[in-house]
Amino acid sequence: MSAGPSRPAGARAALPERARASARRIWGLVYRHLALYRRSWPRVLELMYWPILQMVVWGFVTAYLAGLQNNVTSVAAGVLLGGVLLWEVALRSQMGFSISFLEEIWSRNLGHVFVSPLRPRELVAGLMAMSLIRVAVGVTPAVLLAWLLYAFGLFSMGPVVVAFFAALLMMGWAVALGVTSLILRYGAGAEALAWSVLFGLTPFSAVFYPVSVLPAWLQPVSLALPAAHVFEGMRAALLQGEIAWGHLAAAFALDAFWLAAMGWVFMRQFQGARVRGALLNIGE
Amino acid sequence: MCRRSDASIECGLARQPGTRICPLMDMPATAAESAPAIHAEALTKRYAPDAPPAVDALSFAMPRGATWGLLGGNGAGKTTTIAMLLGLIVPSAGRVACLGHDMARDRFAALARMNFSSPYIALPGRISVAENLRVYAHFYDVPQAERRITELAGQLQLTALLDRPAGELSAGQKTRVALAKALINRPELLLLDEPTASLDPDTGDWVRSWLERYQAESGCAILLASHNMAEVERLCGHVLMLKQGRVVDQGSPAELLAKYGRDDLEEVFLDIARGRQRQPEPAE
Repeated sequence: MSAGPSRPAGARAALPERARASARRIWGLVYRHLALYRRSWPRVLELMYWPILQMVVWGFVTAYLAGLQNNVTSVAAGVLLGGVLLWEVALRSQMGFSISFLEEIWSRNLGHVFVSPLRPRELVAGLMAMSLIRVAVGVTPAVLLAWLLYAFGLFSMGPVVVAFFAALLMMGWAVALGVTSLILRYGAGAEALAWSVLFGLTPFSAVFYPVSVLPAWLQPVSLALPAAHVFEGMRAALLQGEIAWGHLAAAFALDAFWLAAMGWVFMRQFQGARVRGALLNIGE
Repeated sequence: MCRRSDASIECGLARQPGTRICPLMDMPATAAESAPAIHAEALTKRYAPDAPPAVDALSFAMPRGATWGLLGGNGAGKTTTIAMLLGLIVPSAGRVACLGHDMARDRFAALARMNFSSPYIALPGRISVAENLRVYAHFYDVPQAERRITELAGQLQLTALLDRPAGELSAGQKTRVALAKALINRPELLLLDEPTASLDPDTGDWVRSWLERYQAESGCAILLASHNMAEVERLCGHVLMLKQGRVVDQGSPAELLAKYGRDDLEEVFLDIARGRQRQPEPAE
């Protein structure tokens, strides 16, 4: 039963040892959420439900439009369904991160998490890992169904689609860091944003139409979002069969900027919550 | 190590000329191993600039291996004090070191060697007891985690409950699970916020007996915040009486009983809480 001294105060473990312990803490957070999904099939169903529904609705819209303009069937299908499926990556990424954080609030477990050795950056890494898993579980069935029902292969764009995935995933994380910051600042009352905030960015993200369609004064707003560059790149890949390297680079540069900015905001709000004593009782 | 002043106890170690901080706060690794389990100096928390302090210049040094009690009415500052000791709340002024680690600079090193339990912070209810304990074994980087979980389950009579969702347990079972979580890393310092709140007398007594035995065998230092005077009297070798965020008196339960001329700590508590003095017995 002895209390176990591990290491003298002030002594630091070697870097590989610290990295191993850090990875284990991140895995602990991921394990906690995987255990939750293992015991809650409605949560798993919910992950797949919306992407599949979106894909089916837009698939029929595409088929209808293609019937009206029978010479552009594959192009219309590609642009609309590609947009739907890729946009779901950003949506599921943001929700996966934010809702995993909210699960800790709903279970009133946050106090235990924050007095454990789990660092805030490890918390963020764990939430990102959960977001990645949720995206894979949520979007994969929709991608497969698009192929089965509408003969649309998302990967027909080529390997560049992986880069599109990555860029949208990172954009989702940046938005989620902002949402989580608001929850740390205003409590769970801000949780509705976890569901709605990225939908609000849809008109400016050029998902279904080029940036040039937007009014001139709105175009800079759109071009400040990584998603707009991803979808311009997607249209270039589908319509011209080429990789728009400029847009791809812009998407990742903007991702880096927004992740750094939102990471800074998150750390500020986390520290602010410690000052206000809000970490003990984040609630309504 | 520490001596009393009128309203608090002060660190008895000589301050370095020209410095504000007690030398215990900044010490080499070897010296830190002999540092007190908790060393708080002028610890103060104000939640708003114009609000009265929730904790007001609290200073004490709790030795290793001791069991101390924090006693006080609602709003006396017990929970805020514990939250500051855990680094969950940032003090407005003053400093605290746990196990020789300055909590402002090195809290994660301290958190790995301490733990905490409170009935007001839950463990995720949908995942099983074993899964909960595994999560925290990962967070605290516990070696041979499964063996440790089995060991704790045996000691705390949780073996039959390991596969049950934590949220489906009775209050007494949840308290035992919370204790198992708090002991998963063999802490050298254990902070318990009302460990037997809402338990029936039999279960409460079982928990107290278990804590007594654990403390004697492990040598772990325990700081206990409680409203239960009998519990504090039984478990604690030293009691800090808090009122409006200040230590208004302190000593061993026997010393306090003698000083106030009372038969139990509850009467001492009422004397302090109501600012009353016991009338001397009339001379025969």
